Amino acid sequence: MTENVDRSKRRLLIAATTAAGGVAAAGAGAPFVLSLMPSERAKAAGAPVDVDVSAIEPGMMISVEWQGKPVWIVRRTKEMLDTLAKHDDKLVDPKSSVPQQPEYCNNPYRSIKPEFLVVLGVCTHLGCSPTYRPEVAPVDLGTDWPGGWFCPCHGSRFDLSARVYKGVPAPTNMIVPPHKYLSDGRILIGDDSKEAA
Amino acid sequence: MMKLLNGLIGWIDARFPLISTYKAHVSEYYAPKNFNFWYFFGSLALLVLVIQIVSGIFLTMNYKPDALLAFASVEYIMRDVQWGWLLRYIHSTGASMFFVVLYLHMFRGLMYGSYRKPRELLWIIGMIIYLALMGEAFMGYLLPWGQMSFWGAQVIVNLFSSVPFIGQDLALLIRGDFVVSDTTLNRFFALHVVAIPLIVVLIVVAHVVALHEVGSNNPDGIEIKKHKDANGNPLDGIPFHPYYTVKDGLGAVGFLIIFCAIIFFAPDMGGYFLEYNNFVPANPMKTPEHIAPVWYFTPYYAILRAVPPMFGSQFPGVVAMGVATVIFFFLPWLDRGKVKSIRYRGPIYKTFLALFVISFVGLGWLGLMPATPLYTWVSRVLAVVYFAFFLLMPWYTKIDKTKPEPDRVTSK
Repeated sequence: MTENVDRSKRRLLIAATTAAGGVAAAGAGAPFVLSLMPSERAKAAGAPVDVDVSAIEPGMMISVEWQGKPVWIVRRTKEMLDTLAKHDDKLVDPKSSVPQQPEYCNNPYRSIKPEFLVVLGVCTHLGCSPTYRPEVAPVDLGTDWPGGWFCPCHGSRFDLSARVYKGVPAPTNMIVPPHKYLSDGRILIGDDSKEAA
Repeated sequence: MMKLLNGLIGWIDARFPLISTYKAHVSEYYAPKNFNFWYFFGSLALLVLVIQIVSGIFLTMNYKPDALLAFASVEYIMRDVQWGWLLRYIHSTGASMFFVVLYLHMFRGLMYGSYRKPRELLWIIGMIIYLALMGEAFMGYLLPWGQMSFWGAQVIVNLFSSVPFIGQDLALLIRGDFVVSDTTLNRFFALHVVAIPLIVVLIVVAHVVALHEVGSNNPDGIEIKKHKDANGNPLDGIPFHPYYTVKDGLGAVGFLIIFCAIIFFAPDMGGYFLEYNNFVPANPMKTPEHIAPVWYFTPYYAILRAVPPMFGSQFPGVVAMGVATVIFFFLPWLDRGKVKSIRYRGPIYKTFLALFVISFVGLGWLGLMPATPLYTWVSRVLAVVYFAFFLLMPWYTKIDKTKPEPDRVTSK
């Protein structure tokens, strides 16, 4: 009996059974994996945020929540803006060639109006929220510190346009979220469509 | 009465390998007679595993895996649940002591060449346990939903998002949301209390089975199975029970004295076992001024920070950190030494092992410190030393001048 076994047919049947079983297992596994992805409720939680920026004092920063993350709005002074052109050689990407900002913010100020910087307050290294350090040349950050952000997690440094310095762990400038001015003192974060809101 | 008991055992033994299992793993498992202090840590790891499982089960009865309730439920356990503070401190101290015991257990393996043939698979299974426990500890640390819980998870999950091409989706898959959120907390809870403990228990059983198959190594790094008596038992072996059950019992008592002293007198261990920032509820809008992982992760964390970004990506640092953990798996094949035990190794191996210990402890300390330029450079040097220990091993173990191994085990 055993010598009459058709081995090639047996191999074919084993392969066919394994393949069919594998497809079925992958199909059955898919719902489990997909259940781990963001739910519809999580996806819907990203509505734009309307912010009144007229009350921000010059040089000050406010933080608002958008999609569960901090968005910073800094009202930069004339002196602050003047520092931005002075350290291009120390920056990784002074011209903002990596698209970390909408097209309309691709300028040295990385903003629509130079005065107001709107930036996602999340370090591009590993997602900590850096500390705002606007003071010039503090003891712990060195005499050539012109003001900017310092990430407490891994020591990344950013200038006042949220552009990253060379030699720190963060690879790119911080992200400027899509935003637009509803009026002079009101910014809508998360929506830059042309039609009126 | 004895007759009844023997009858019962006989009844079971006819249907389940009770006596033969007990003999094979306890009363007739022959272990080398020259075990020393370093051989306490395997059984202690098992003890801590049991402590963690038991204390964890009781914590689960009062903990709430919900971003709005988690922090308060931990405080409820600490203040209102009868003896809840003890359960919680047993569990949090147990986590750190688990890694103390594991690191000493692994160092024992490095000293006496316990990973060498024929124990390669035993070593690999042990390393899988180590990695699984790192995952277990990481997910458990999110559950109190304090500032360090939140930002630690934020950083570690973002490590995965630096993987080229699939990173962003991978991070989404892990978090289940665009930020670390209630969803993340809930799933980490499921993994921490069900999935990973099941896996850990299974591979711990595999670790012990593999150990008893090949037999224990010993401080001389020689095989006791080479010399057997007329019954086929190793001449230099003694039955695990009663000899080592008694010895390990002593180790357990000594360990529990230290363990209890920590629980009762220094449960947060000056911020090293429970970080102060974790007594502040999680705030996704504000990163604490200084964040660092718990001490048992900091050597790898320091390596992560030491690697600068390349090609506009922090992925190289993540790879270095991953390699630093996974490289242990390859030890059995990196080591080309003629002898296993440090007792008969030459000066080169001893120097490299000492440098490795210095780099591991040094990186661990630097990982707790803020990232200043000086510390970053020291981390880089130590990271190079760390990897040199492994990557140069095939050469320096080969040329090292070793001493002759004894034929039989030695003991003082």
